[in-house]
Amino acid sequence: MSTVNPSAAAAAGKPVFAQRWRNLDRSYWLWAFAILVLAVLVVNPLLRLLIVSFQDDGGGFTLANYIAAYGRTRHLDALVNSLILGMSAASLCLLFGVPMAWALSRTDMPFKGLIWISILGTFVIPPYLGAVGWILLAGPNAGWLNRAFAALTGADSGPFNIYSMPGLVLVVACYSFPYVFVFTKSALDLVSSEMEDAANILGAGNLRTTLSITLPMVAPAIIGAFILVFLEAIALFGSPALLALPGRFHVVTTQLWQFFEFPPRVGVAAAYAMPLLGVTILLFWLQRRITMRKGYVALTGKGGERRPVALGAWRWPMLGFCLFVCTLSFFMPMLVILQAATAKAWGRGFSLDNFTLDNLRFTLFENNLTRDATINTFTYAGGASLIAIGLSLCIAYAVNRNLVGRRLGNTLSFLTMAPFVIPGIVLAIGFYAAYANPPFLLYGTAWILILAFATRFLPIAFTNANAAIRSINPELEDAVRILGGSRFTAIAKVVMPLLKRSLAGAFILVFIPATRELSTAIFLYSIDTQVLSVLLFDKSDEGNFEALASIGLILVFITVALILIGFRLMGRDFMLRRTAA
Amino acid sequence: MSKLVLRNVSRSFGDFAAVNDLNLTIEEGELVSLLGPSGCGKTTTLRMMAGFLSPTDGTIEVAGKIVSSPGSSLPPERRNMSMIFQSYAIWPNMTVAENVGFGLKIRKTPAAEMRRRVDEILEIVQLGALRDRYPAELSGGQQQRVALARSIVVKPAVLLLDEPLSNLDANLREEMRFEIRRLHDEFRITMVYVTHDQAEAMVTSDRIAVMNKGRIEQIDSPYELYCRPKTSFVAGFIGRTNFLEGARRGDQVDFGGFALPATTLGRDARSGVPIKPEGSGAPGTTSGSGGSSTRIRVSVRPQCIQLHRTQPSAADDRFCVPARIERRAYLGESWDYHVGLPGLQEPLRVAARPQEVFEVDDEVFAEIDTTQVTVID
Repeated sequence: MSTVNPSAAAAAGKPVFAQRWRNLDRSYWLWAFAILVLAVLVVNPLLRLLIVSFQDDGGGFTLANYIAAYGRTRHLDALVNSLILGMSAASLCLLFGVPMAWALSRTDMPFKGLIWISILGTFVIPPYLGAVGWILLAGPNAGWLNRAFAALTGADSGPFNIYSMPGLVLVVACYSFPYVFVFTKSALDLVSSEMEDAANILGAGNLRTTLSITLPMVAPAIIGAFILVFLEAIALFGSPALLALPGRFHVVTTQLWQFFEFPPRVGVAAAYAMPLLGVTILLFWLQRRITMRKGYVALTGKGGERRPVALGAWRWPMLGFCLFVCTLSFFMPMLVILQAATAKAWGRGFSLDNFTLDNLRFTLFENNLTRDATINTFTYAGGASLIAIGLSLCIAYAVNRNLVGRRLGNTLSFLTMAPFVIPGIVLAIGFYAAYANPPFLLYGTAWILILAFATRFLPIAFTNANAAIRSINPELEDAVRILGGSRFTAIAKVVMPLLKRSLAGAFILVFIPATRELSTAIFLYSIDTQVLSVLLFDKSDEGNFEALASIGLILVFITVALILIGFRLMGRDFMLRRTAA
Repeated sequence: MSKLVLRNVSRSFGDFAAVNDLNLTIEEGELVSLLGPSGCGKTTTLRMMAGFLSPTDGTIEVAGKIVSSPGSSLPPERRNMSMIFQSYAIWPNMTVAENVGFGLKIRKTPAAEMRRRVDEILEIVQLGALRDRYPAELSGGQQQRVALARSIVVKPAVLLLDEPLSNLDANLREEMRFEIRRLHDEFRITMVYVTHDQAEAMVTSDRIAVMNKGRIEQIDSPYELYCRPKTSFVAGFIGRTNFLEGARRGDQVDFGGFALPATTLGRDARSGVPIKPEGSGAPGTTSGSGGSSTRIRVSVRPQCIQLHRTQPSAADDRFCVPARIERRAYLGESWDYHVGLPGLQEPLRVAARPQEVFEVDDEVFAEIDTTQVTVID
């Protein structure tokens, strides 16, 4: 033992400030900045939303907003309509999605690949574009289905009217059932054949086994998916705006939009948004509880041997059902949209002399409005993706490397994931309330859209960034530091090069929904900051369906191209990582 | 001057005290192992030395300068240390040469010198031919060598090794033990080596600090540690052993059915001088009168007992007890006998050479080399 150095021992007890300062980890500035950005994106808009709902014009406390929001039967009807829409659409989604998931996961049904591609195609169509397709199909009188019906039966007009609650339910279900499908299928993929064999050996037939063994085992996943699509349905803005408004009824989201018509009544809108926000938070909490329940031990991942159930002659009716659903959601709408986009006048039907590329050429190159909107769409989605991923990366890094303490770390993760339970339209109102007035005055600029998009898709970015950071052994960074590199050196030379691929994938996963986002944009855009989704919605008033379809097709092409790049980068199931929150 | 000094160092995580009032001095150029079961605090200690963790109490000094104290620790990048990690932590995005040269680059070494030193160290670890490979193209042993080269090339003041061999297969592990010792002898770097494998520690180290529950139980050379364990934990952790409880009566230690002479018990095998372990119950002192008895706990290594069919002639420090074979197992390199001794509850484990064959229930004589028997505190 060497002798104790008295001055050293004294310094040990109380390190002087200068020494502390010298030894301080410089990277703390970055984490502090990330926390500040998170406050701007998530905390402030939600706080402002709550505050303005209780504020009068002068800024004083009032309950008048709530009275105005809930004091009218019309407004209450919209709430009920949303409930009906959510329940019916979610039920229809189960009817569509669960049998298809079972067929593709557990049976020997033929042409599974075709069904897969059709479902992927359904994913690719933005819901409001699907609604446009269905207007062309089942609009009163002029819709293709009505004309076909009239031609076949000789009646004056067909029976279909898409501008109705049943029509809306159908369209919403068509573009939400893929969630049910994906959830149920991934649960079914984990059920081992041995479970079913055990039931078979005890004398249960295939049908009985499926109904009493297989389906109950995946019930948590199905219930979880039901909740998810319910929430998706009530938060949707595009399809209800396209179908319910002409049908002369309101749901919550369209009613919220109406509060924003000039002059915008932000306080009333905020008050009216509260049930939507509350229900969403409550149900997401419930969904987590259900899907995380541990009672179902079969879902452990190693299911043992898996053999498909032999359907026999039932293979064909099963395939017929799957094709029917895909026809409703993908084949028919896509066909009529393609036709309208390439037709001189869509009503003149499918003939070569009606074919033209003028619509697409005009939309892409000649029309300033659409050209600018396309550029805007790309810039905003790109900016939003960069911000969302950069911020998520900072937060995920600070949390995983335990740089900010455990309690603050948990809070930060929670806040970053919070937008997952905020409907886009509610988020937009929050952003409007927070940043439309001085001192920020972002309204009318591109920044409010970019920031709102970044916030909206922050959870997707965070899920991916978190998984990416976790995949890196901290010792790789420790090795940099012990050899003399700072934390920033470690991040720049080791972490970033290793994460390139997965971050590129995350970028695409945020970019895709950001290019098609409507419900947030509709509240925050101005004349100079239109994006394609807003333009498409605006044009729907004019009845120029050839132009609508062209804009929609451009969006679809963008998405498909990005997905193909994503496949190249990440492998085939990268789309599923969105939902692995 | 001591190179690395830990003074009353403690580290707790919440309520859990991972390291508890630890004192340790490592001389310049010395290789010291921290040996202990998982969760004993050895890695925590190492990470405090590196600066990845701050102590919650106490200080760490390098060359007389305090680098770690509860309030503020010099960050790892400014300690001029290097470290070898359990996972090797070879950067997969860099070639072998880039990995090895990284520390030099950070230190702004001129390119020509950097290249020379990288080539030199790669030759030493026999990786010269692989300099432009990526880590994914290397075997585990080669990756280990890259890690070694990378940490030595910067000529660190202290090299820390965190279970560096635990991911290698058995043969390679044995080879790398000697490799690490060879590199230590070649460069005389102060090294701290964390391991839970006693053989690894014994092959590589000048001294071994055996840790248990956040404390150092004993720090000694491998030889001392094996032959003179000071605590039951050390005796049990380093090699196998038999513990016997006895009572001291006069100059005899009574184990129930037999007694051993206290004077020879625990005499140093090399010098022949009786060791006086601390504590009043130690043998070799004649303070106790025949009446009062003191409990004594001794450790007898299985190799220190020899079995005979007939009673051998008595020797000064050898003592014979009649015994019976209760169980046996043939391990190839040796026999593992369980031998019952009169008055003992538990049978003694005896390691015998392969040609010393006895049947179960054979009556034998167990000859105990009392110089090899250690009194435990």
